[in-house]
Amino acid sequence: MATVELKDVRKVYAGRVEAVKGVSISIPDGAMCVLVGPSGCGKSTLLRMIAGLEEITEGTVSIGGEVVNTRGPAERDIAMVFQNYALYPHMKVYDNMAYGLRNRGMDKAEIDRRVREAAATLGLADFLERKPRELSGGQRQRVAMGRAIVRSPKAFLFDEPLSNLDAKLRGQMRIEIKNLQKSLGVTSVYVTHDQVEAMTLADTLVVMNQGRAEQIDTPLAVYERPASIFVAGFIGSPAMNLLPAKGTQNGLALAAGGTVNPKETALPAPGRDVLLGIRPEHMTLVNDATAADLELKVTAVETLGADTLAHGYPLSSNGRSEPLIARLPGSVRVKDGDVLPLAVQPGMAHIFDAATGLRI
Amino acid sequence: MSPRVVFPNKVLPYLLLLPQLAITIVFFYWPASQALYQSVLREDPFGLKSTFVGFANFRRVLSQPSYIDSVQTTAIFSVSVAFIAMVIALLLAVMADKIIRGRGFYRTLMIWPYAVAPAIAGMLWLFMFNPTMGSFAYMLRSAGIQWDPLLNGPQAMALVIAAAAWKQISYNFLFFVAGLQAIPKTLIEAAAIDGAGETKRFWTIIFPLLAPTTFFLLVINTTYAFFDTFGIIHAVTGGGPGKATETLVYKVYNDGFVNLNFGDSAAQSVILMIIVILLTAFQFRYVERKVHYG
Repeated sequence: MATVELKDVRKVYAGRVEAVKGVSISIPDGAMCVLVGPSGCGKSTLLRMIAGLEEITEGTVSIGGEVVNTRGPAERDIAMVFQNYALYPHMKVYDNMAYGLRNRGMDKAEIDRRVREAAATLGLADFLERKPRELSGGQRQRVAMGRAIVRSPKAFLFDEPLSNLDAKLRGQMRIEIKNLQKSLGVTSVYVTHDQVEAMTLADTLVVMNQGRAEQIDTPLAVYERPASIFVAGFIGSPAMNLLPAKGTQNGLALAAGGTVNPKETALPAPGRDVLLGIRPEHMTLVNDATAADLELKVTAVETLGADTLAHGYPLSSNGRSEPLIARLPGSVRVKDGDVLPLAVQPGMAHIFDAATGLRI
Repeated sequence: MSPRVVFPNKVLPYLLLLPQLAITIVFFYWPASQALYQSVLREDPFGLKSTFVGFANFRRVLSQPSYIDSVQTTAIFSVSVAFIAMVIALLLAVMADKIIRGRGFYRTLMIWPYAVAPAIAGMLWLFMFNPTMGSFAYMLRSAGIQWDPLLNGPQAMALVIAAAAWKQISYNFLFFVAGLQAIPKTLIEAAAIDGAGETKRFWTIIFPLLAPTTFFLLVINTTYAFFDTFGIIHAVTGGGPGKATETLVYKVYNDGFVNLNFGDSAAQSVILMIIVILLTAFQFRYVERKVHYG
């Protein structure tokens, strides 16, 4: 158990490709830090640098207060769960879990105790004599977890551990991992491209884009106050609506036409080019056009049961502009061609600078 | 159900198969049936008439001390060739697997010896180790070794083993490289995190996972050493000195085509045929049974 600290960590491949461009993260003892981002954003590279599988070009990685840059993966006292589980196919489940302990010269009785304890925790007690190929995906995932737990390392590293599982199992394992991590209290770094996993698992959420940490915060803060257009578009489903606009004396003039004046929102200086961000779920259907901030011309409807997603464009734009999506209660009946008067919930509008993409 | 391709033309498929069939019939079925036929005949010393003798040829061959010697020679030769060729190839493959820059270049270089004809490979080694003009023979002598493969049986054996193994290394190398590439990198990384050093990783993870490849190569190499090394032995030692490097295949040739004892030679080749059939059956039985990992 330990803190994990990254300071200005950079990774340059072959002297040219900069995969990670200076990331600093501080993870307190026992916390779960989730790195999320699209593929190629450098999140896996960052994790592998913490593990010692990739060399660190610049900056420092500390585990438990000690800089571990020059240490090999075995000397960092971490355990990693891989996307493809990386179970040793020729070894039984028992040996898979015991392998790391045997390599460290642990006493046989102690190894046995730890393996059986971990197997009991993970519900694997009946499978210890099986080979990995005789197990289901979820069971293999558990063995990979077990291999990490038995070592009681300073930190767990997860590299997209659930992406090979089907949706139902993924949801179940997500909860299991969260509970396990909490009960063991081991500092963890978890890499995923799935925002649901990111939101539900993280104590600290790091949204990465093109080798940079765009935002480091609690999941809710990231959702409520995204620091940039990228974060705004990445977290949340369906993605946040982003409408080009310009600041004026009495509101925001949309490029699509019309003026919006969202309540409880600090307006940008007149003449400044901005993007107005509104989450689909933060728009409410109102009775008439006068009370509306926006009017949505519906072109497609997705009925999800609990919710109804109305896809379309701002009526004023005549279809030329940005698409607009509203998430409405499932009870609302909408059909193609409808015009919906929508109000932005107070304080739920986000304004980003059009040039820098940063939150204003 | 996999869909079957149906050719509307009834004659064309047979025409397309014909060249291969012709080659197989002319170069395998015909000589093989001849050998079977000859193996139960005995020819008189002048080659004027043959008489049916049943299994007498087989009994005679199997009771000959020289045949038992040849079996022994073949065993030593084959085991050594297979072992040396595989160990060196594995070593090279493991090293080549670590190279990142120019790996294609190294691999190509490693594969070239496979393209050398057996007789040429034999000549190459014969020249290098020729007692009168070979540069390696000179080096061996200056190192104080009495190098004379023309008279010294074990030395001649070492020479043909080296030549035969050298030629097979490329083939083994290719398969080992492919086998190594098939091992997921994450397994190696997981083992590294689990605290296994490089040597330990090799013996506990890589080598067991290479087992299917190793087994396949063992069968292939044994078959190679048994049957495909005639050219090398013929070029380097001609089975000599004495009978020191006379393997079973070489003895078939010697007894049949040099000593013109067709009955014995045919009986020997039938025995060899049975060995090949057994080896192939063994190979299909165990190698074709696909090994599933993960």
